[in-house]
Amino acid sequence: MKTDIVGSLESVTRVRGVRGAMVVSAEEGLVVAESSMEGIDGAAVAALTAGVVAKLGRATEAAGRTTPAFVHLQAEGGALLAVPAPGDLLVVAVTDAEVNVGLVRLELRHAAEHLA
Amino acid sequence: MSNDDIRVLTAQLAADPSSLVFLPLGEALRRRGQLGAAEKIAMAGLMRYPELADAHDLLARVLGDRGELERAFDEWDIALRLDGRHAGAHKGIGFLYFVAGDLAQALEHLEAAHAADPKADGVAAAVARVREALDTESGRAGVADAGRPVSEAAAKPVSPSPLPDGPSVAGAAIFAGLEGAQDGLLLLDGSGLRLGGGLTAPDGRAVGDAVAAHLAGVFRDASRATRLLSLGAWTSVAAETADANLFLCAPTPDSLLLLVRDSSVPIGRLALQAERASEAARRWLERPA
Repeated sequence: MKTDIVGSLESVTRVRGVRGAMVVSAEEGLVVAESSMEGIDGAAVAALTAGVVAKLGRATEAAGRTTPAFVHLQAEGGALLAVPAPGDLLVVAVTDAEVNVGLVRLELRHAAEHLA
Repeated sequence: MSNDDIRVLTAQLAADPSSLVFLPLGEALRRRGQLGAAEKIAMAGLMRYPELADAHDLLARVLGDRGELERAFDEWDIALRLDGRHAGAHKGIGFLYFVAGDLAQALEHLEAAHAADPKADGVAAAVARVREALDTESGRAGVADAGRPVSEAAAKPVSPSPLPDGPSVAGAAIFAGLEGAQDGLLLLDGSGLRLGGGLTAPDGRAVGDAVAAHLAGVFRDASRATRLLSLGAWTSVAAETADANLFLCAPTPDSLLLLVRDSSVPIGRLALQAERASEAARRWLERPA
């Protein structure tokens, strides 16, 4: 199973500009699996991304909307992208500033579907 | 109010054009951002009931949402002439004076609104905030009158006070002329208090304050995440839900701007709208008191 997950993540990290990808437990903010996360603190990514997504989810719920199906945190030097997956999981990518966000989103969604 | 509720009210009004059901119908349409339809309903109601203060109040709220503040003031003024204790009219005029920077007049009308309807949403809090702003202002005047140098802190303009959910007059003032000025644009401070703009849920509830409170946490976590991951300062957070797209950015280091649009509006377009709204927010935040 874990090999399958890593295989899905590798399709994300093959996109130019993606520095790493991982599967995170949304509730605990813990790493479930990761791919090509060299130089990146996976535990920090997991915890922080889960926190941002959870708080955004509470905000969208307060607005009478559904929970986010895609989250894109953009910073000056890169981005964090997250897509929820079945089993209370998140598929997350850390990218450089210059990246095709649309393509990464597609690959994240494919990876999330693969986890179903 | 659901689509079905609005259909029922519309049917009732069609069956009996003299019915007062135009009041809740017009308000429901206003809250959904259907301002053209809401204005027609209010005007038709006023044709039948020109001396009904509630009808003038409804039209004023619609005009306020459209950014037509002078006309809104006139309608609330008429409402007060018809009913000197009309809470909605006092509240609306109080907000207009607040936006115009006349805090004394704002306080007078907000206190009258509170006296007329002590349970009205957010009015007590608004009275407290305007009093606080007035105290700050009189403190500054006292220092200046005494001939002492005015301290840097005291010389700063009065901070914009968070406003309760209600007529989005402040939102119209900040974002006048922008798409979604009356609903779907929300300005808040770093501690999650709404400064202006408005947001309604699909069922018509005003949810600006609740959403603002949750977004403060997003602001802190986004800042921490990008700092710890050496990604530099965060510039925006975009989220797609099944029925809406959201875009969050920071017009100034101490404020946040949220745009919410139907899911048919692409995130890229939201980013462009956010740039324009951020400029308007910066102008408003940096204006002299």
